[in-house]
Amino acid sequence: MSDDLHETASQTAGPYVHIGCMPNACGITGVFAEDLGAQMLQAETPGQRIAIEGVIFDGDGAPLTDAVVEIWQADEQGRYTTRSAAFSGWGRAAADAETGRWRFETIKPGAVPCPDGTVMVPHITVWIIARGINIGLHTRMYFPEDYDMQAHDPVLARVQPTGRLHTLIAEPGPDATYNFNIYLQGPKETVFFDV
Amino acid sequence: MPATPTENIGPVFTRDSLGPLDHDLIVNHARPGQTAMGARLIVHGRLLDQTGRGVPGALIEVWQANASGRYRHKRDGYLAPLDPDFGGCGRVITDQNGAYMFRTIMPAPYPWPNGGNDWRPAHIHFSVFGQCFAQRLVTQMYFEGDPLIARCPIVNAVPDQDAIARLIAQPDMEATVPMDARAYRFDIVLRGRRASYFENRPEGI
Repeated sequence: MSDDLHETASQTAGPYVHIGCMPNACGITGVFAEDLGAQMLQAETPGQRIAIEGVIFDGDGAPLTDAVVEIWQADEQGRYTTRSAAFSGWGRAAADAETGRWRFETIKPGAVPCPDGTVMVPHITVWIIARGINIGLHTRMYFPEDYDMQAHDPVLARVQPTGRLHTLIAEPGPDATYNFNIYLQGPKETVFFDV
Repeated sequence: MPATPTENIGPVFTRDSLGPLDHDLIVNHARPGQTAMGARLIVHGRLLDQTGRGVPGALIEVWQANASGRYRHKRDGYLAPLDPDFGGCGRVITDQNGAYMFRTIMPAPYPWPNGGNDWRPAHIHFSVFGQCFAQRLVTQMYFEGDPLIARCPIVNAVPDQDAIARLIAQPDMEATVPMDARAYRFDIVLRGRRASYFENRPEGI
């Protein structure tokens, strides 16, 4: 059996992506009751509260001020909770129009077991769309305190040369905030995945 | 990289999180009793995976310029006017067969500061969630017969002419509502979807 149909081609989200993905945040109010993904946490969400934030830089080192970032992660027990009212696992945020900084308030995910018996260390999928990016970019954010476990992570083990691995590790900041800057192009380039 | 549970699962959205007019751009930002200016359209189609099966329960978000080619966004400084009755955003969840439909108005082409005299074809942006995060897709829909399509460097970022042809919606007179709205059909195909087989167990040994 072969795949009969071709996947629809990707196109850039363009500079006005906020109109469709987060209209309230860009001043179009009264249409959607809420912007999906704007709030990940409920009062009852179990787990360790953290925040992750960062800036996406272009090849000249300038911040992207019109990107939209989505994150997708497991709950504190390492489960993807698609039907849970307490935690959706998915969030969406816009880069600040002046500074380019984006931020999520979420929980630290647990390690995720794979069907082949391996275990992925805690990680958060980060997906970027913006003007000038023709197809959404997938990367992963890992946590600096899990350094010892990361040697056994089945995905990190595939990253060669290993000198690139550090681009996937967030830097710890104050108040359980992790800083995860993303470099699209150049000597500091972040590792992106074809998932 | 090989797919892991991270990519093989994705967020789920339900109709509870959508409002009753979310799919109707003609009225969802209009003042009471008013409708958006422009040629009224129905845009519909099916969300499929590569095996041809419909993808049910998937969120599709759309955004577009108004009938003058102007976006309701503070960074759009085009001279063409805003329409007070048009916001330009919509969203819908596919039905059990993967079908979707929204109502809108025909967006106009607009100029952009790329090559000095570049104009985008009329288009509608689509953001699509499938059933797993690996299927996440953002694309643009064009309209059959638009002479700007072949001249657009964003369209031509896709190197394959057949793939470009699949981004062009076709007029669908069958779905047109007489004396009300014309219709265009746009089917979307996501990666997909097969059961995993024999992944951790050599067969025939």
